[in-house]
Amino acid sequence: MIDIDVRSQRGEFKLEASFLSEPGGITALFGPSGAGKTTLIDLIAGLHTPLSGRIVVDDMVLFDSATGVNLPPDKRRIGYVFQEGRLFPHMTVRRNLTYGMRVCRGKIGFDAVVTLLDLALLLNRQPHQLSGGEKQRVAIGRALLTNPRLLLMDEPLASLDAERKGEILPFIERLRDEMRIPIVYVSHIMEEVVRLADTLVLMAHGSTYASGPLEALMARLDLTDLAGRSEAGAVITAEVIEHDAASGLSALAFTGGRLLVPWLDLPLRTQLRVHIRARDVSLALSRPSDISILNIFPGTITEVRESAGTSVEILVDIGVPLRARVTRLAVARLNLKASLHVYALVKAVAIEHGNLGGLIKPNETSDQSPQP
Amino acid sequence: MVSRPDELMSPLTPLEIEALSLSLKVAFLSVVGALPFGLMVAWLLARKTFPGKLIIDGAVHLPLVVPPVVVGYILLVLLSRNGPIGSWMYDTFNISVAFTWKGAALAAGIMAFPLMVRAMRLSLEAVDQRLESAARTLGASRIRVFLTITIPLMAPGILAGVILAFARALGEFGATITFVSNIPGETRTLPLALYSLAQTPDGETGAARLAVIAVLLALGALIASEWLARRLNANRGIG
Repeated sequence: MIDIDVRSQRGEFKLEASFLSEPGGITALFGPSGAGKTTLIDLIAGLHTPLSGRIVVDDMVLFDSATGVNLPPDKRRIGYVFQEGRLFPHMTVRRNLTYGMRVCRGKIGFDAVVTLLDLALLLNRQPHQLSGGEKQRVAIGRALLTNPRLLLMDEPLASLDAERKGEILPFIERLRDEMRIPIVYVSHIMEEVVRLADTLVLMAHGSTYASGPLEALMARLDLTDLAGRSEAGAVITAEVIEHDAASGLSALAFTGGRLLVPWLDLPLRTQLRVHIRARDVSLALSRPSDISILNIFPGTITEVRESAGTSVEILVDIGVPLRARVTRLAVARLNLKASLHVYALVKAVAIEHGNLGGLIKPNETSDQSPQP
Repeated sequence: MVSRPDELMSPLTPLEIEALSLSLKVAFLSVVGALPFGLMVAWLLARKTFPGKLIIDGAVHLPLVVPPVVVGYILLVLLSRNGPIGSWMYDTFNISVAFTWKGAALAAGIMAFPLMVRAMRLSLEAVDQRLESAARTLGASRIRVFLTITIPLMAPGILAGVILAFARALGEFGATITFVSNIPGETRTLPLALYSLAQTPDGETGAARLAVIAVLLALGALIASEWLARRLNANRGIG
């Protein structure tokens, strides 16, 4: 559990932040560059001191201006994975890993981390001999070996290309699922956030605007601009129930029904999150029959919100909240308003691999993914 | 005028050995003594802002621009047995550095100090402080960070500073002769011995031999430092 309420000033930059995250899981700090995300986690790590406020992690007070508590960074037991890795250039990978190693009974050991992050072949190399992805893996391992009570990750994928990102993301998911380490994950990429986060904190202009469970926050129309207009959309939890090799589609079950998506390389019964962007959802007043769209969900409009430009944000209850973005003209023509019955249409092909993620409960009986 | 080759190549005389070993002793002590202060001042100048920083910066560099004789004279005034600091030291600890080889080391150390601080400060400024904060988050105290991150990363600069200071101390003449005079066996270092021989009739051969020794010594120090720097850099994949 992380409980933060701080004010800070560095030069011209002012920060006012407060949020409360649930125990365990990943908390994502999301916002554009310059929103104060890195400044905020520097405060948590103790690398900067806030002007006032409180920082509590798991009932341990790290900073409290009222009582004068301010633990130095080396006493906080908070792991920090920096954007640029920050490996020590004069030490081998092995010495980097063991630099802050803290041996705790029943906790993560050296061999376990080396296995988890696939570092065995890198141990005797120098940091300058590593690729970007390898550096980040070592940086994660180094932070993990301090047995932190909380892991801070500052855009750990930012300096990597798409392929390397795909290489690191599963490792981060394993930290969450297998090591059960609470993580604060800084990102300005919604794709990563949807895939990883349980709690979402939206930041802009040095402030935390909203925080809460990812799915609840993503369903809030008033936060559209903060979450990023093009990426705005509902996040639903679903389970893989069927693979159809003939059509190349996979079927997911969720509270609102059955969602067909392009082939998923995942075992049956895997639970995952699906991000359905508002711009990929259309609305109809009656169930269309001769149409290419495969996913049609009956529902009720719960909120209509005018936004900038020609579009209108609409929230439809189809068992879970689903978001749609339609034109102002369409709203007028169809007379869309709250409590109206509608059909929400979702193109299967609009749900790309990047919108899927956050394996919540991987199937434990089979490690092999089906091949199409 | 020109000496005969066999005179030039004969083994070191006791006087030469005395001057050489005294020079090495004085230079070594001056560098070892200046090192902790040099590190501290380099750290202050590179990392801290405080009122009067400019004055400290200026004072440290003074021996570089003031005539060495002036530095020697100031030391003599302050540290001779009648001087304000010298008399206090004599009364309190019963020691005096004036006209001793320790005084020569002090003069050499002060003359070499700016070169040492400069090299160390530059290398300290080049150390990425983000690596230091990374080490703090890994549970390292300030002192551990300094010893395991800062010092190793600035090692080439420390090495350069030490070699420069050592060379400067070996060559120190003006401040030494003014402060501790030219006493054979006590303060007559290699440059002073060379000077004395050059002033003596028939001293040319001896002076030339000392000059060769001085050049070889300096060359050896340079080669040693180059070799060490390469080893340091090879460890971290530079060069």
